[in-house]
Amino acid sequence: MGAQAYISGVFEHPTRKAEGLSLAQLHADCAAGALADAGLKKGDVDGYFCASDAPGIGPLNMVDYLGLDVRHVDATEIGGASYLHHITQAQQAIADSKCNVALITGAGRPRAGAATYWLPQSPDVPDLGFEQPYGPATVALYALAAQRHMHEFGTTSEQLAWVKVAASHHAQHNPQAMLRDVVTVEDVLASPMIADPLHKLDCCVISDGGGAMIVTRPEIARSLGKPLVRVRGSGMAIKGQAGGDVDLTTTGAVKSGAAAFDEAGVRHADIKYASIYDSFTITVVMTLEDLGFCAKGKGGAFVMDGNLISGVGKLPFNTDGGGLCNNHPGGKGGMPKTIEAVRQLRGEAHPAVQVPGCDLALVHGTGGFLGSRHSSATLILERE
Amino acid sequence: MTMTKTTRKIPAPTPLEDSRDFWEGAARGELMLKHCEACGRAHHYPRARCPHCFSDRTMWRQASGRGTVYSWTIMRRAPQPYTLAYVELDEGPRMLTNLVGFAPDAIEIGAAVEVVFEPTEGGPPVPMFRPAGHD
Repeated sequence: MGAQAYISGVFEHPTRKAEGLSLAQLHADCAAGALADAGLKKGDVDGYFCASDAPGIGPLNMVDYLGLDVRHVDATEIGGASYLHHITQAQQAIADSKCNVALITGAGRPRAGAATYWLPQSPDVPDLGFEQPYGPATVALYALAAQRHMHEFGTTSEQLAWVKVAASHHAQHNPQAMLRDVVTVEDVLASPMIADPLHKLDCCVISDGGGAMIVTRPEIARSLGKPLVRVRGSGMAIKGQAGGDVDLTTTGAVKSGAAAFDEAGVRHADIKYASIYDSFTITVVMTLEDLGFCAKGKGGAFVMDGNLISGVGKLPFNTDGGGLCNNHPGGKGGMPKTIEAVRQLRGEAHPAVQVPGCDLALVHGTGGFLGSRHSSATLILERE
Repeated sequence: MTMTKTTRKIPAPTPLEDSRDFWEGAARGELMLKHCEACGRAHHYPRARCPHCFSDRTMWRQASGRGTVYSWTIMRRAPQPYTLAYVELDEGPRMLTNLVGFAPDAIEIGAAVEVVFEPTEGGPPVPMFRPAGHD
């Protein structure tokens, strides 16, 4: 059994278009929300974790802006999965007595103005010259994976559409979700083709917003009177083009998921709820296969017929509506994914989507691009 | 029949110290590929040090310029739609590229393609691929 740490506070910013809110202000509001949720004060924070959406030099500017006095920081950037990885980093830092109360923040405002400047732009990025000329739009890089998955496994657009249908069933209950209308498979297929084979409704929303989480050592967690959500297992992986041995149909979830399940010592059948990164519908299908919830190539069949809908299917997922319907702050959805899993474990999800007796949940983040290089991070969280 | 073609402006790649030979080859109309003398494998994109075995005994060879489509997508909503693809070169590596000269409904995985070099905005030309046997 690894180091013990608990997620004691979470906060998801309600904004989806942050007019009148600076990026630093979003981070600060999220931090305040998570501290209030945990019942802690800013002065209790002695570790700070952020990704490169935090404006400035790593954590330097935000530590100063927030007025923190910390003795440990980490600013690992692995795209949208960063915040899951920060949970693991915080857990290790707590075990090593480097901090007691870790604050993790993430935020973005692409709609209200700021660019997604966390993407690599420097010509020193070695792959840039071999990709940028070809127009590697995010949707296109995921479409390449979807196209190949269809070719190898017979996955269909109807099957992909079921992922969006399930997300929309959940989003109708979330007043803050950007897209609250329940959609059908036919609706998805009738939406404009963006990048073959992905339709508009196969794509996540672009939203502003953010979130924050507080990770604490066991003694502190138990003193707060909140439901105890423990980090039971985690894993991460980076998968790329492998020098030209490009494989578009599997993800780093093969490794990150195996590591998380191994550390947690639980089985797939024990997982009551899953937050699965849903930048696009294909992301969910491939991730579920690679995590081992179904056989490789059978993800399309697995998600059909409402199997991901809470109260209907075997594996309720993204009960806040996910990135497909709720939000995807600054193009990085790992934060809301983790927060919704904590809500489920606390029994604080919307009653219409709350999974009864939810005591074990999985969170999976995907950062970067399935079509070129990406990170995978998996957490298994337990309600004690 | 409408053929996909390169009408959009192609951003110029920046040649780096370990990729300059690739772009000089492109300017000559040659697709250059890195081979490793230690492990015998080719790789792409090019590095000074082999990503497979980490030897620095890598050398340039001209590739055949032939391959097959590994995956593809058409960016339908772009101002000037274009086709992003991976092509599996006959030498082994799969490279990100654009397909040109295809009728949109004629693109399929496995289609035979050959290299063609397209001009960029003030930089060296970049390799793209058209249907094999193109005149």
